[in-house]
Amino acid sequence: MPPSGPGSSNLLAVTSAEPPVVTFVDDVVAGLEANGYLPDEGLATAVFLALRLRRPLLLEGEAGVGKTEIAKTLARWTGGSLIRLQCYEGIDVAQAVYEWDYARQLLHLRTAEAVGRTSGSDEAVIEAELYSPRFLVRRPLLAAVDHGAGPPPVLLVDEVDRADDEFEAFLLEILSDYSVTVPELGTFTAEVPPVCVVTSNRTRDVHDALKRRCLYHWVDHPDFEREVRIIGLKAPEVPAALARQVAAATEAMRSMGLYKPPGIAETLDWAQSLTLLGASTLDARTVEATLGTVLKYREDQERVRSSGVEALVSEALQRGR
Amino acid sequence: MAAEHVPTLDRAAVAFVRSLRAAGLRIPVGSAITYLRALGEVGVGTRSATYWAGRATLVRRPEDIDRYDEVFRAFWSADEGAPSIVEPDTVQIAIAFDDAEDDDTDDDADTDDDAEPFDGPVLQVRFSDTETLRHKDFARCSAAELDEARRLMAELRLSGATRASRRWRASHRSGDPLDLRRTVRHALRSGGEPVRRVHRAHGERNRRLVLLVDVSGSMEAYSRALLRFVHAAIVGRTKVEAFALGTRLTRLTRELQSRDPDAALTRAADAVVDFSGGTRLGETIRTFNDTWGVRGMARGAVVVILSDGWDRGSPELLGTQMARLHRVAHRVVWVNPLKASDGYAPLARGMAAALPHVDAFIEGHSVASLEELARVVSAPG
Repeated sequence: MPPSGPGSSNLLAVTSAEPPVVTFVDDVVAGLEANGYLPDEGLATAVFLALRLRRPLLLEGEAGVGKTEIAKTLARWTGGSLIRLQCYEGIDVAQAVYEWDYARQLLHLRTAEAVGRTSGSDEAVIEAELYSPRFLVRRPLLAAVDHGAGPPPVLLVDEVDRADDEFEAFLLEILSDYSVTVPELGTFTAEVPPVCVVTSNRTRDVHDALKRRCLYHWVDHPDFEREVRIIGLKAPEVPAALARQVAAATEAMRSMGLYKPPGIAETLDWAQSLTLLGASTLDARTVEATLGTVLKYREDQERVRSSGVEALVSEALQRGR
Repeated sequence: MAAEHVPTLDRAAVAFVRSLRAAGLRIPVGSAITYLRALGEVGVGTRSATYWAGRATLVRRPEDIDRYDEVFRAFWSADEGAPSIVEPDTVQIAIAFDDAEDDDTDDDADTDDDAEPFDGPVLQVRFSDTETLRHKDFARCSAAELDEARRLMAELRLSGATRASRRWRASHRSGDPLDLRRTVRHALRSGGEPVRRVHRAHGERNRRLVLLVDVSGSMEAYSRALLRFVHAAIVGRTKVEAFALGTRLTRLTRELQSRDPDAALTRAADAVVDFSGGTRLGETIRTFNDTWGVRGMARGAVVVILSDGWDRGSPELLGTQMARLHRVAHRVVWVNPLKASDGYAPLARGMAAALPHVDAFIEGHSVASLEELARVVSAPG
């Protein structure tokens, strides 16, 4: 992963190879904040417990509240590599755990044949060669379990609700004892379990057994002050006054009963677009012009327009003062 | 760090867990133990540390957060007196399902429908009684006839529309992509030469089926019978979700999962606090869209609404919400028990507003009409 921002230069990564010491919840707050994530107390406690008790952390919440970002930040902070498994319907062992490199296996067979090794007693030897680690393609779950030395990786199982429930049962097995069995090779077991973050958008209920295994946190939209700080951290080019107004306006939008209330990603997009357009303060015309960066449904835009962009702006100016 | 907690704390924590259970939260023993360990980690110095330790370990659904907060406040606040146990605010409603043939409905609950070689619309209805009962309106059935009708419904099996799955299965058509894993295995036996090639193709899967049952007063004669049908659908196959529509939306999938129909329906009735109340179809469908449907549950699914379309809310709202649902769903089917009555026209304002966004509009007053529903639900395409 390319280093991003001045805080994570290669030099720093080498010196902080030791995993951070986590004794208090405040250590987590400080660690995440130093790496660009501002958690509230609930989230910090959940992360703290996940690290201390070595349990997977299941995060549910609206799209765009920063569930995936937590895993990325954890990886930056702990120095472990981020291993991401994006779930989708029909995902299976070959895509999630391991697969054999069939093309290379075939090539290997043909080579063996060309040098005349395929006849007689060599057969067992060749089979053993074919199913050796050389030809094993490590997919995210195996890579997370068999991670070698160094700080444990951060395993992000993203949008687990999109996978089928059969896959969930399988995931549960791996998250329970952090081991993977490849029939041809044997069992891989993690000496130090990876840090596991499982996210769900709650399009369906995740199975109870998996929930029992995990710690759980429902990630909410940030409150006003936190959102202002997030904008300041993630988009430092946005003028402070504008940041407060944008946070106030999105907060107001979230209480309007929209189909898709804006998440943090939308807030950031909006603040950055406004800054690019040279706005230093909200006004009705620029809000109209940039509404598409915050609201992605036509009905939502209409609702905001019909309840009055002017009113929204003046309210935001008041609150953001 | 408060690594060693005194036994009194243990006892208090266990008592707290029991209060939560009494308030209706499902907390397995394992989670209670994790909670104790978590308390050991965060310490009990501050109220918020204690609060969040419990939130992370004992709560697993956002719906439970309010109840957790209530119990927490009542339990850990010294100034509010002794720990008290909060009663769940559900309303007990007795259901008059007193059928004698309990065993009949149960014993063949898991029939061989999983192994059907033919994936198209298949409906298995086995009749043990006369044809007349099949066509009799639920509203006009005697108690005994209703029992029998319920038994018939328990045997209904919905096979559901299918769609291509990501999962692979073996294929015999040489045009399909190669299954390299198996081909390599075979090549090993023929000296490295992939003589026998194995192909694979995508399998088929059932589409999700979402059933929304109107439980308002105007549907009283039908809703309990229809719930039985919904129960049969949930037990009979996977990927079925059920909700009750009344003045509010209640998810019933979990409650109806028990194989014993009486236990399942009693649990469902306990969960629905607005049985035989009013209807606000537009608002409840909006809630469904917001919290479940548009996020993913209704996407590509077959959505069945069982309702007479009488709505006290605004028909415009129902219209826009139906349009929204229709845009994400694969098919929207509206089942209206009143449609069977002579001279019925969809005059209920809600019904008229919803109709343009409905793919199929059918009756649902008898076993035979539910058979028709099963056929429509299973229609391909």
